[in-house]
Amino acid sequence: MTPNPTAETARILVEGLAQRFPSPGEGGVLTVFSDIWFTVAPGEFVCLIGHSGCGKTTLLNILAGLERADEGTVIVSGQEVTGTSLDRAVVFQSHALMPWMTVMDNIAFAVTSKWPKWSKADRQKHCQKFIDLVHLTGSENKKPSQLSGGMKQRVGIARAMAIEPQIMLLDEPFSALDALTRGSLQDELLAICAHTEQTVFMITHDIDEAILLADKIVLMTNGPEARVCEIVRNPLPRDRTRHDMHKHDDYYPIRNHLIEFLVNRSVSFKEELSSPDYDPRHPPVVEPRAGAAPAVRVTA
Amino acid sequence: MSLSLRARALIVSITLFFVFVAAWQLSLSTGPGLPEGVDPEYAALMGATAKGASAMPGPLTVGEQIWEHIADPFYDAGPNDKGIGIQLGFSILRVAVGFAFAVLIALPLGFLIGMSPLFYRALDPFIQIMKPVSPLAWMPLALYTIKDSTISSVFVIFICSIWPMLTNTAFGVASVRREWLNVAKTLEVGQLRTAFRVILPAAAPTILTGMRISVGIAWLVIVAAEMLVGGTGIGYFVWNEWNNLSITNVIAAIFFIGLIGMVLDLLLAWLLKLVTYEE
Ligand SMILES: Nc1ncnc2c1ncn2[C@@H]1O[C@H](COP(=O)(O)OP(=O)(O)OP(=O)(O)O)[C@@H](O)[C@H]1O
Ligand SMILES: [Mg+2]
Repeated sequence: MTPNPTAETARILVEGLAQRFPSPGEGGVLTVFSDIWFTVAPGEFVCLIGHSGCGKTTLLNILAGLERADEGTVIVSGQEVTGTSLDRAVVFQSHALMPWMTVMDNIAFAVTSKWPKWSKADRQKHCQKFIDLVHLTGSENKKPSQLSGGMKQRVGIARAMAIEPQIMLLDEPFSALDALTRGSLQDELLAICAHTEQTVFMITHDIDEAILLADKIVLMTNGPEARVCEIVRNPLPRDRTRHDMHKHDDYYPIRNHLIEFLVNRSVSFKEELSSPDYDPRHPPVVEPRAGAAPAVRVTA
Repeated sequence: MSLSLRARALIVSITLFFVFVAAWQLSLSTGPGLPEGVDPEYAALMGATAKGASAMPGPLTVGEQIWEHIADPFYDAGPNDKGIGIQLGFSILRVAVGFAFAVLIALPLGFLIGMSPLFYRALDPFIQIMKPVSPLAWMPLALYTIKDSTISSVFVIFICSIWPMLTNTAFGVASVRREWLNVAKTLEVGQLRTAFRVILPAAAPTILTGMRISVGIAWLVIVAAEMLVGGTGIGYFVWNEWNNLSITNVIAAIFFIGLIGMVLDLLLAWLLKLVTYEE
């Protein structure tokens, strides 16, 4: 098991983030989340799970540099995030393709931003590589309206990958898709990430998706005033696949642990908060394994 | 019922046309020489009408007249006698120049207003007050300050075309989807490139809809403006023929005004279709 990365080795350091919005109710302030601390190591695949409205998209936008947090900082590769960067690519919750551009143009728009001086032929070749990578060969000149939902998401992923970022930030990229399409896209993403050793931060609602993809799962409690409740290390071997992972001994322990969290603990976490053991700077790290109940608690 | 909807509509259109022409012809041949209740003195003033022969031409006369105009549209026999092609050309030119200036002002200003919530609110009261003013109300002011009737009519076209374009551009730019702007932002795309590659294409359908409304209004207004200032143009032609009591020519002119208006609208509709995207 890799130890928790330190300030020097971490790719992403999230330190004490809080975000507030004005609200029409009494008090006039809605604290979406506060005191959020966690880290992402280089090459690590981290999933964020939490109920709808707990502030996942807000958190991802802060990591991307699209929004500023009211408190706290995000440090990426040793530098504080003050705005957006081509080193961090975002795949949006709703694919966010430009409907007036073809598949090729959508990706070329991103590629030109990263390498403005490239010749047209070079750009075309580079785009084609990523179109092929997400299996959209033949659809280069189609407009997004001519594509299915799954194909649109794949264009969004190709657009993000094409700028060869250090970090990919994905906001529920597959949640609007049917189970079959979702499964094949998960496989594709897993293959691409294994190949590129990409650092990935991904939001999801889907427990099986998190178990399949993530090295580490960050659990967020319900808003308002959401916190990081716990960090779960995935006990399954990294070469797991969608077809065989449920046969693994540790599959049900982690799955049950996550379900237990979503059903009960995300709501009742307020009690755990008051316990003296809970330190928001070092949320408990657990690794649920077969035969060891309750889950092994690993000190960070 | 094997005919397509389009073919059936065409048959109905043609039938309606002939019914209309027949009714027109019939109403002339059976109409009374002097309608009841008309002051005989007024009738005397009206000349031909009073003698029992109607000044209202029949459809055939008008048809012949239209054909004459089409056969020789560009003759020029002095200030009061020019071919209808020349008169229409003057009007189209004025509309084109006034409209072009309006585009030059409305597009950049609309962009600014649309992108800045501050300007959106600050300029809103002015736009709301100016928009409902009939453009002809500007005519005396224009004549007084510009002192040139042609430029004044162009100015009136400018002022009436600018509002729909300005409000539509501002609205289109302001309502560009946030996620597209976020995409540009995460890719560190510069402001100018974002404006031309993201905001402009995203807002283009709304902007062109504004232009289409503007052209329609401009074509309505130019006829009235030229009636006022005189000299040349289809509006002047109509007024001149009314003074000549040539109802035939007035009706022919109405036909041509409608025809050009339709062509202008089709042109803008075609442009609109070019920039419309499907989501
Ligand atoms: N610009 C804003 N102004 C006011 N409130 C906002 C704003 N953006 C988000 N919120 C609020 O912050 C909370 C979190 O929103 P967010 O979109 O981050 O949720 P989420 O966890 O991504 O939900 P979902 O899973 O449904 O996507 C919500 O209660 C939302 O109403
Ligand atoms: Mg969200």
